[in-house]
Amino acid sequence: MINNLSKKYKNILAVNNLNFKINKGKIIGLLGPNGCGKSTTIGMMLGLIKPSQGSVMINGLNIENNRTEVLEKMNFISPYIELPKKLTIEENLKVYGRMYGVKNLKDKIEELIEKFNLVEFKNRKTGELSSGQKNRVSLAKALINDPEILLLDEPTTSLDPDVGDYVRSIIEDFASKKNATILLASHNMNEVERLCDEVMMMKRGQIIDKGISDDLIKKHGRKNLEEVFLKIARG
Amino acid sequence: MKFYRIYALFLRHFYLIKSSFPRILDLIYWPTIQIILWGFISKFFTMHSEFYSNTTGVILSAAILYDFLFRSSISFNMLFLEEIWSRNFTNLFIAPLKISEIITGLTVTALIRTLIGVIPAVLLATPFFGVSLFNLGPSLVLLFLSLYFFGMTLGLLVVSGLLKYGPAFENVAWSSLFLLAPLGCIYYPISILPDWLQIIAKTLPLVYIFEEVRSILLNNVVNYSNIMIALTLNLIYFTSAVIIFYAAFNAARNRGTLVNIGE
Repeated sequence: MINNLSKKYKNILAVNNLNFKINKGKIIGLLGPNGCGKSTTIGMMLGLIKPSQGSVMINGLNIENNRTEVLEKMNFISPYIELPKKLTIEENLKVYGRMYGVKNLKDKIEELIEKFNLVEFKNRKTGELSSGQKNRVSLAKALINDPEILLLDEPTTSLDPDVGDYVRSIIEDFASKKNATILLASHNMNEVERLCDEVMMMKRGQIIDKGISDDLIKKHGRKNLEEVFLKIARG
Repeated sequence: MKFYRIYALFLRHFYLIKSSFPRILDLIYWPTIQIILWGFISKFFTMHSEFYSNTTGVILSAAILYDFLFRSSISFNMLFLEEIWSRNFTNLFIAPLKISEIITGLTVTALIRTLIGVIPAVLLATPFFGVSLFNLGPSLVLLFLSLYFFGMTLGLLVVSGLLKYGPAFENVAWSSLFLLAPLGCIYYPISILPDWLQIIAKTLPLVYIFEEVRSILLNNVVNYSNIMIALTLNLIYFTSAVIIFYAAFNAARNRGTLVNIGE
């Protein structure tokens, strides 16, 4: 639950009094043009950025005071962060598995490597992989602790349509099997329409509209979510 | 603190080192070169200096201990810089790691990294130059401990600078110890320094450590007060550095720089 969340950098108000709640097991899309405050919001939800005002409550715990306990149940993927390039896929998963205190780590790693079709690369250094393979390894790392809350920042960027579709299936499958809560920031509107139960539209640090994709399309009198996005971004 | 999280942090760097022969070579190469160079300088002074005529290896012992300090400080910085260079920084800070676990993990890993480099050099000193650090006796453990904590203190301060100023602070990481070396009186007694500089030098634990090394090797006298002063100063500086690190982390969270520090 996000309560009155704001972030001000000197004179710039990056996030302005956000309030929203994500129910357990829901996939919520966070949309908005570049610089609208999505990354800052995600940063505050992960405890990377200290809010100027308001709070982030995860499972009833304020992340500011319970950072470790909350982060044990969360994970994150973003194309802007990478895993150590000189470590193999298996080594990276071992490191992060231990960091998150994963039980039966060996089995978990095998399961993820198989699920993401990485068996033949598991002993290859992460830096030697293609961008699509790296992306799959990052997603495997993001699922290593079976997070109750998963934050995805453009999870299928740099993937070809086939692999992108495969990854979306894995996200859907993970969400339904684990009843995980997912916040998805993406510029791929088809992806958002396919995966998300609800969508929040951000602009200039505020949520200016939210709802089910179909409802938003009808409400704004557009043909699809992309047109809604463009209307809001340019309006 | 949870051991498994500290171990995970260690494992991340262990895998990095074990997978790369050039990295292992690099760790061993510089301390060895330093010891060989200072070994010959030491030998020359032993033969031509009145001050060092009664003993061998004072300079070489100081060089080995200084290298241990230098390597431990650099190792700590390197572990942190590796995360920035590999753009893995954010992954670490969104993991359920406590700051105290990060500091402990880096401190332990830096020690192992340092020992990989320094142990072969120390072992070489005996057959090549007839110098053994063990001549310093049981106080060697306390001297090493003191140097190690001073190395960690410098490491923490540099890492705090990296959190505050970003990768641009990297150059300071390499040069921090060179700034303090002249004041540390590693190879010469403190009396060489001008009076006003002696006052500053006495605020550093290095002076007491290296005065003690000379005292043991030249006069066979163990002065525990020097060792205690060095340890006390180290405790004060290390505690201060930990506080500064926490402050730098919180400041980075305030400015939002943890998200994109590697960019």
